[in-house]
Amino acid sequence: MTEQLNAWDRVQLARNAARPHALDYINELVKDFVELHGDRLFGDDHALIGGIGDFRGRTVVVLGHQKGANTRENIDRNFGMPRPEGYRKALRLIRQAEKFNLPVLTFIDTPAADPGLGSEERGQGNAIAENLIAMAAMRVPAIATVVGEGGSGGALAISIADRILMLENAIYAVASPEACATILWKDAAQAPAAAEILRITAHDLHGFGIADEVIPEPVAAHLQPSATIQRAGDAIERHLRDVEQTIATMGIDTLVATRYAKYRGIGRWVDNGETILRNGTVTNAPNGTEHVTSMQHSGSR
Amino acid sequence: MRELFRRQPKFSPTAPGDETRSIPDDLWIKCPKCNELQYSKDAERNLYVCPRCGHHARLSAAQRIDTLVDEGTFIEYDAGLTQSDPLEFVANGEAYRAKAASAGRKTHTNDALVCGTASICGQPVSLAVTEFGFMGASMGSVYGEKLVRAIERAIEGRLGLVTVSSSGGARMHESMFSLMQMAKTTAALAHLGDARLPHLSLLTDPCFGGVTASYATVADVIVAEPGAIIGFAGPRVIEQVTRQKLPEGFQTAEFLLEHGMIDLVVPRAQLPERIGTLLRHFAVQPEPAKSDDADITRSAEPAEALHD
Ligand SMILES: [Zn+2]
Repeated sequence: MTEQLNAWDRVQLARNAARPHALDYINELVKDFVELHGDRLFGDDHALIGGIGDFRGRTVVVLGHQKGANTRENIDRNFGMPRPEGYRKALRLIRQAEKFNLPVLTFIDTPAADPGLGSEERGQGNAIAENLIAMAAMRVPAIATVVGEGGSGGALAISIADRILMLENAIYAVASPEACATILWKDAAQAPAAAEILRITAHDLHGFGIADEVIPEPVAAHLQPSATIQRAGDAIERHLRDVEQTIATMGIDTLVATRYAKYRGIGRWVDNGETILRNGTVTNAPNGTEHVTSMQHSGSR
Repeated sequence: MRELFRRQPKFSPTAPGDETRSIPDDLWIKCPKCNELQYSKDAERNLYVCPRCGHHARLSAAQRIDTLVDEGTFIEYDAGLTQSDPLEFVANGEAYRAKAASAGRKTHTNDALVCGTASICGQPVSLAVTEFGFMGASMGSVYGEKLVRAIERAIEGRLGLVTVSSSGGARMHESMFSLMQMAKTTAALAHLGDARLPHLSLLTDPCFGGVTASYATVADVIVAEPGAIIGFAGPRVIEQVTRQKLPEGFQTAEFLLEHGMIDLVVPRAQLPERIGTLLRHFAVQPEPAKSDDADITRSAEPAEALHD
C-alpha cells in the first residue's frame, strides 16, 4: 500500500509525530526493561536512551534515539537530537554489553546530533567518533534498526552494527533534505526535490547494499503501531539468531571481521590503477576498474 | 585567496592535462585578517603565515606536504582513484562528474585527499592530507577508500599515521556513501590501534562535520594550527538553530584546547619538529602478541610477552 510513495512522502511518514518511537518498540519488545541513565561525566541525555532487558529470551542492551509525541515532550527530548553526553552514555552501555557478553539492539530515529553551543564545547564530533570506533570493534553482536529518521552522523553514531534494518517508511540521509536544498539551491523549500535526488528511502539504501533488509509497512507504522513493532521484532530476532549462529559456528572473531569487511567495502569509485611518484612519473597502466559495494550477506533467510 | 597560491610546489600531485603553471615571483599576497602585504616568495618562506598578525592561511595539499615532510621523501599513492557517481547526481544542470573534473583541474588532484608515504624529521609515516580546494574537502567514497588504504599501508609497513584534515563535511553528491565513509575510516583505525601504531591528527582551518565526527578526532594525539576553526556543526548552522550570537573565539583551536578536546596548538613552523618528536616517542612500541593468547599474556607479563 505504501509502495507508490515518493521520497518526500516517506520523509513525512518518517517524521510523523504519531509514529512509534524507540520507547514504543522497547515497551512492546523488551521485557523487564530497566532504563539506565547518565554518562558519568556530565549529565543524562533524554534524546538518547539506553538500558537493559529481555528480548525474546535473551538479555540485551538497548539504545535508541527518543523523540517526543508532542511539543512538551519534544522539548524534554531535545527533538531527538542527542548531545555528547547521550553518545557517551551509549558508549558506556556498549562497554557494559561487551563486559557481560550481551547483544546490542539500537533504534534509530533522530533528525541530527544536537548542533548547540554546549554540544560543541563538550566535543560533539569526538563523542560521535568514539562510538563509531567502539561499535566497529565491539565483541558482541549488534542489530541496528532505523525506525524513523536516520539523520546523518547523529544517527550513524549508534548504527554501526552487524545488520542494518530499515522500516519501509524510514529514511537515512547524509543531510536533511532541507539542509541539502539549502546547500544546492539556497532554498529550503526545495526539500522535496532534494529528498528525491539524495536517495534516502529504505528501498534506495537496500539497493545500495547499505541496509540489509527493508521491514515492510503494508500500512504506515503510525496507523498500525503494534503490528509494525511486532514485524520489526520478528526481523530483529531473525537477524540476531543468524548472527548468533555465526558466533556459535565460527567464533566472535569472524563476526567482528565480517562487520569490518562490510564497512570496509562501502563506497563506489573508479580505480585507474596509477601510482604517481613525486616526480610525476606514472607507474602501472590505467585499468579503469570500478568498485561497487558488495555485501557479505543479503539479510534474508 | 586561493588564486594567490598557484605556485607549483615541489611535490605536486599531478593530474591529467596538467600543463605549466608557473607564476611570477613578484605576486603580492594580502593577509585576509590584517591586510598585510607580502611577496609570494616571502609568503612561501613564511609558510603562508602572516608575519604581522600570525594568521595561518589555508594551504593546498601540495603546499601542506611541502611544509610538513622532509624534502624529497613524499611518494604519492592511489592518485588514480576517481569518482564513480553512484547516484548519477545532477543539480542545477551540473553533473557530479563534471563538477569533480572541474575541481580536479583547479586543484591538480583527483579528489579531496592526497595520500602517500614520507618522513617527518626522519620518522617514516603514512600520510593523508586533505585538499580543501577540491569541493571543500568533502568526504566521499574516494576520500574514504584512499584513507583506509593509507591506514592499511601504515599497518603493513609498521608506520605511524599522520592525517591532516580540513573539511566542509559530507559529499552531498554521494549521499549515504559519503556518510558511511565516517564509519569505514574510523573502523579502520581500530586495526591501526590493534597494531599499536600511532595516529597523529592535525586539524587545520576549517574542519567541520563528518571529518570532525570520525577519524580526525579518534587519534592518539590531536594537534591544531593556531586560529583554526574546528567544530561539528558550522557556526552559521549553530546561530540559525540556537538564535544565539556565538561568543568571540568560539570553535577556534585555542577554544578546543581550553575545553580539553585537543592536545596541542602548534604554529606551522614548529609542526615538523613537534610531530617528529611525537612519532619518535610512539615509535618504540613493539608489535602486539598475536590474537588468542594476547589478552592473557598482556595482563600477566606485558613487557616480556609482547616481544616476539
Ligand atoms: Zn595578518
